[in-house]
Amino acid sequence: MVVSAEQRKRARNVGFAYLVLAMVCFFVFTRRPGDAGFKISETSQFTLPAQGFGWALGIVLVAIAAAQLLRGLGKLSNVVLALATAAFFMSFLAWAAAGDSFSFVGMLQDTVSRSVPITLGAIGGILSERSGVINISIEGMLLAAACTSAIAASLTNLWLGTLVGVLTGMALAAVLAVMSIRYKVDQVIVGFAINFFALGITSFISFRVLVPNRDTMNNLLPVMPIRIPVLADIPFFGGIFFDQTIFVYFSFLAVAVTTWGLYRTKWGLRTRAIGEYPKAAGTLGVDVNKLRYRNLLLAGGVAGIGGAWWPIGIVGRFDQNITNGRGFIALAAVIFGRWHPVGALCGALVFALSEAVRLKIGNFDTGIPSEFLIMAPYVVTIIVVAGFIGASRAPKAAGQPYEDQ
Amino acid sequence: MSETLKSLRFTLLAVVAALVVSAFIIVITDIEALGNGDFGTALSTLRTAYWGLFKGAFGSLRAISNTITGATPLLLAGLAVSSAFKAGLFNIGATGQMLAGAMTGLWVGFAFQLPPLIHVPLALIASAIGGALFGAIPGALKARTGAHEVITTIMLNGIASFTVLWLLKTEAFKREGRDDAISKFVEESARLPRLFGFMGKRIDLLAHSGFIVALLATAVFWWLLRKTTLGFEMQATGFNQEAAKYAGMRTKSLMVVSMAIAGSFAGLAGGSEVLGLYGYASATVAGDIGFDAIAVALLGRSTPIGTLVAAILFGALQAGGRQMQVDTDVPIDLIIVLRALIVMFIAAPLLVKAMFRIKGEAKSFGQTFRGWGG
Repeated sequence: MVVSAEQRKRARNVGFAYLVLAMVCFFVFTRRPGDAGFKISETSQFTLPAQGFGWALGIVLVAIAAAQLLRGLGKLSNVVLALATAAFFMSFLAWAAAGDSFSFVGMLQDTVSRSVPITLGAIGGILSERSGVINISIEGMLLAAACTSAIAASLTNLWLGTLVGVLTGMALAAVLAVMSIRYKVDQVIVGFAINFFALGITSFISFRVLVPNRDTMNNLLPVMPIRIPVLADIPFFGGIFFDQTIFVYFSFLAVAVTTWGLYRTKWGLRTRAIGEYPKAAGTLGVDVNKLRYRNLLLAGGVAGIGGAWWPIGIVGRFDQNITNGRGFIALAAVIFGRWHPVGALCGALVFALSEAVRLKIGNFDTGIPSEFLIMAPYVVTIIVVAGFIGASRAPKAAGQPYEDQ
Repeated sequence: MSETLKSLRFTLLAVVAALVVSAFIIVITDIEALGNGDFGTALSTLRTAYWGLFKGAFGSLRAISNTITGATPLLLAGLAVSSAFKAGLFNIGATGQMLAGAMTGLWVGFAFQLPPLIHVPLALIASAIGGALFGAIPGALKARTGAHEVITTIMLNGIASFTVLWLLKTEAFKREGRDDAISKFVEESARLPRLFGFMGKRIDLLAHSGFIVALLATAVFWWLLRKTTLGFEMQATGFNQEAAKYAGMRTKSLMVVSMAIAGSFAGLAGGSEVLGLYGYASATVAGDIGFDAIAVALLGRSTPIGTLVAAILFGALQAGGRQMQVDTDVPIDLIIVLRALIVMFIAAPLLVKAMFRIKGEAKSFGQTFRGWGG
């Protein structure tokens, strides 16, 4: 087997990472006595002895590190990495909750729900960047859609509210499209201008219109979870995946459809072509700019649903800057997932998970300042991106305007 | 018409276009007046608002002082984004670098007792170093592992804000007798002198000599780009990394150095806010400045002069916006809208041309950021 220097370096880094994790197990996770209760339903729970688990995992991790550093794990390396990460995460939870118990299922349910706007925003990003237009404006699309859908849903009903959110996302995407395709403005500039515009206009509307008319224009009942019969009764997983709001189902559907569309249809082939090498696609008869317009509108619509998640899917109203940078996290998820919908979904889940952990674990007095727990998602993202993902290749033509010959 | 005049005309028209669109927004959101069919009231609100905007930015010595105060951190943080753009890097992390510089400058400011002539420069250097070290992290991560700076700087911003929140509660930084996240005061000897200090009693004139630091930094940025090999290599790397590498430039080290330079500008922005404006640090010391700085750099097309002009324009809008909010019920958030529109219109000369039916060539905007690959 030929192994490049780059791969060998990466393998070594992963090996050292295992050693670091083992050290954390030995010196941190074994410090708090007691059993940790993981509630997996209203009535049942399983318990982990925090210290014992920490010691055992530490020893296993040292063994894995030795194997990795001495002879490499070959085909098994990804599986082992995933299992080790999961076990490390469980050990962390056991350490934090030692002597107490918490709702494990509730935490994972929360994770899935919180991943929705990040996933949908990331799909918006993927659709536009795959067709060759850099989309920095996901944040703006989410925020603006959250605002308008809150107003529309308060005045009419949830369906119309969501529709208005979609239209808002599409409207901002149209601005991005016209500016970058028709007027050939630098795509990063337009994207940032859209973000600023959305932040300004929604704060402006929030103060000038929504605060004085709070009860009529910014007050709605969010959607209820829909239990999917049979599937929701599956132990453990049923509650996490099949007792959620329609937004969650839509987000998973969107990932599946986008993946299928991009890699299995004519549209997907053309989209990827105009993102990589538009000239060739143009020569073969693809109307590059028309397809870019269409895909951008689609991207805006998907991001619009992501924005509508805040008022309609969970909170029941709009607050100033309610998205709080999630659009940038979505952008990070796009790069994290190497411009692939499933990868982006994983990125969104990682971030949402660390957020959900923080909310659940924040109540335990672990002796570590809460600020460091809040930081965890950011640190985890950097470690994952720097340690395991590295340089990712973007669609080649992203950022370049296309001139018809 | 000369090239400069032409570009000045486009800038002015862009500002006018932005003001017109914003006026429209002010009028249509005046729901109460419009609901009563009282169009006159809505228009007079608009007049008062724009007059307040102008008065608050340039109408008095105090207004000018406020404009300068607002422009100071925007200029320094703007340079942090501009200089990274020049090297082909997209620095979204000015916020984090500002916070790092604010904390190191703050520490030197209260931990030592020195004569002002030594203390002030020392504290400023400390904030530049703090920002540079924090800025170098994404550069090093990219050089070593290829991790994209857009991800890492966004994440480092989060890390910096929460670290500062924690630091401000530690014994070393905490202000005695306060439970919230607020720091000790820096020593009087470390405070940046106020620009209008010679006017004695006018304590409402907040402008401080951080503005002079910012102007000097702009000059340094100009000198770096025009007169030094390092600046040339930075720009070459930004323009075409492969070619620069082929020409024998050490593009990976350049990445780290460029980000450190960018970070030092942002660190100075944080330091000048602490040492000049506030005299202490709180969790909100960086505010949205790091984010606004991106608009400043985009508007200024990453050039030293452009960044300076954009920062002053944005500082003026901010100062005027506060007056506008006092005079009318138009919230200051309109300023963010106005800034966005100005950036958009200036970036789109073709659009402005179409709007005002100007004939002739409109020079298109060069690209600031060459896709994700570089």
